[in-house]
Amino acid sequence: MARREVVVETRNLSMHFGGVRAVDNVDFELREKELRCLIGPNGAGKSTFFKCLTGQLRPTSGDVVIRDIIMTGRESHEIASLGVGIKTQVPNLFDGLTAVENLWLSSRRWHGDRRANTLVKETIDRLELGEIRSSIVGSLAHGQRQMVELGMVVAAEPWLVLLDEPAAGMTEEETFKTAELVREINKTSALIVVEHDMNFIRAISDIVTLFHQGSIFMEDKMDVISADPNAREIYLGHKT
Amino acid sequence: MRLYGTFNGTLVIAGLAVLFTLIAPSIFQFFTIITLTQVIGLSILALSLALVWGFGGILCFGQSAFFGIGAYAYSVAAVNIGGSTGSIFIAILAAAVFAAILGYFVFYGKVSDVYLAVITLTVSLILYSLMRRTSGPEYKIGNALLGGFNGTGSAPLNIPGDGSAMLFPMQTFYVSMAILVIAYVFTGWLVTTKFGRVCVSIRENEVRTELLGYDTRLYKLCLFSISAGIAGLGGVLFCVGVTRVTPDVFSLGQSALAIIWVIVGGRMTLIGPILATFVLYFLTSSLGSQQILNANLVLGIILVVFVLLVPNGVVPTIMNWFERRRTKRYERQKERRMKLRKHRAIG
Repeated sequence: MARREVVVETRNLSMHFGGVRAVDNVDFELREKELRCLIGPNGAGKSTFFKCLTGQLRPTSGDVVIRDIIMTGRESHEIASLGVGIKTQVPNLFDGLTAVENLWLSSRRWHGDRRANTLVKETIDRLELGEIRSSIVGSLAHGQRQMVELGMVVAAEPWLVLLDEPAAGMTEEETFKTAELVREINKTSALIVVEHDMNFIRAISDIVTLFHQGSIFMEDKMDVISADPNAREIYLGHKT
Repeated sequence: MRLYGTFNGTLVIAGLAVLFTLIAPSIFQFFTIITLTQVIGLSILALSLALVWGFGGILCFGQSAFFGIGAYAYSVAAVNIGGSTGSIFIAILAAAVFAAILGYFVFYGKVSDVYLAVITLTVSLILYSLMRRTSGPEYKIGNALLGGFNGTGSAPLNIPGDGSAMLFPMQTFYVSMAILVIAYVFTGWLVTTKFGRVCVSIRENEVRTELLGYDTRLYKLCLFSISAGIAGLGGVLFCVGVTRVTPDVFSLGQSALAIIWVIVGGRMTLIGPILATFVLYFLTSSLGSQQILNANLVLGIILVVFVLLVPNGVVPTIMNWFERRRTKRYERQKERRMKLRKHRAIG
């Protein structure tokens, strides 16, 4: 199989908060149309790593390279401008606006008026958001808000998607739906997913990156990681 | 047809304003018509603040700075050019460019919202002190004396191209109303465009807008500048109505009044602040003619009452009330239809 092009790369990426090395010398690679999950116990540095990728944090040293462009320390909007769809950990929506308007704002950034409207309509059908389309998103339940936010990613048709805990706080049914959706997004885009939910990861993942104390501990298939005694000790020991 | 918050609604209101313009001369006294030109100028100031604060979420406490710059720029330019048409555009441009320069440092310097309010207010007060000190023959721009505390005279509007063909007060009123309607329709259109919708999204959640890939600083700067241009246009009509511009346009009172109009009228609408300007202006001026109650005291009470009891302002509160009634009626109808269908199915 021909190796696909590397689309996201970090070189010696480090992020220190005072004496704490939240991310320590991480070399990471993501290839085109790859789906990668980042896991690790609390405080392993997954979220900090994610924030460095999305430009919400400026790394202490090292580089973030997206499609051969060094994006270290760039503004979030510049990174998103490359065609990257981002969903942050806490549902981060336009609370005072309707679900449709939320999707439209995301889609219209990349597409013309007509195309954006079509995409919004398609996304609403695909994610079954029809019932809440005209609701003010501030008044929706947590799971629905997560869905709207995923819809915002889908409606923009990005080539790279960065999701921080997409299944957090969802019901089992919603988690299942999300997993299905993530696999579908993966048909056209590369994804990085930070997640805690083991069932969710098993449902979607190919290769998983395990973070531990700010660095990558191992990178392999999920069942290999679950079988590894060291990895189990770090993370899964108490869970399986 | 849903009218509230749509461009069709804006057009309907604009139509009502035209109707008002046509019948105003037959119901108001001549003196009131002259005063109305000033008030129209002030209401455009309120409109500009509703745009930048209500839709963009940028609390500009010194919106009257751009209003005053527009008024001064018009007065000075009219003396030097000898006509009003070009001077109006110079005034709009002066206010917009000033805001663009100020806004560049504020937005690209990532100054937070509260500081933005303080900075804009301070700029307004600096201009106030500055203009008060310009008495004396050495302070002049071209042929126009700035006049310090007493301010400088503002030329009346004239027919485009002919500086000596000045408009009569009645004609000035018509022109002012036309400008107000155009400014209102323009703003109403602007908030329905992609630009306007992105500005609203910045008000709702700036970080999220940035994560979608929009350069929020640029959007805010453009909105700030456009709204300043509109405020400058308001300044032009105001000084034409008063026939003079004094440093008082930059005063703390003027800045505070604009905020009050917007709060009372409803900051998420464009028509609310305009109407509130008219109502409150005539309320305070009629209070000013009697001795029992201090007009500022009443204004203060109105502000407190609105902030506590009607925080959304008059227009949104009324609109929401209608909207709720309509939805209720609609739901009742739906229920009835469902019942009927069930009935038939069983039958």
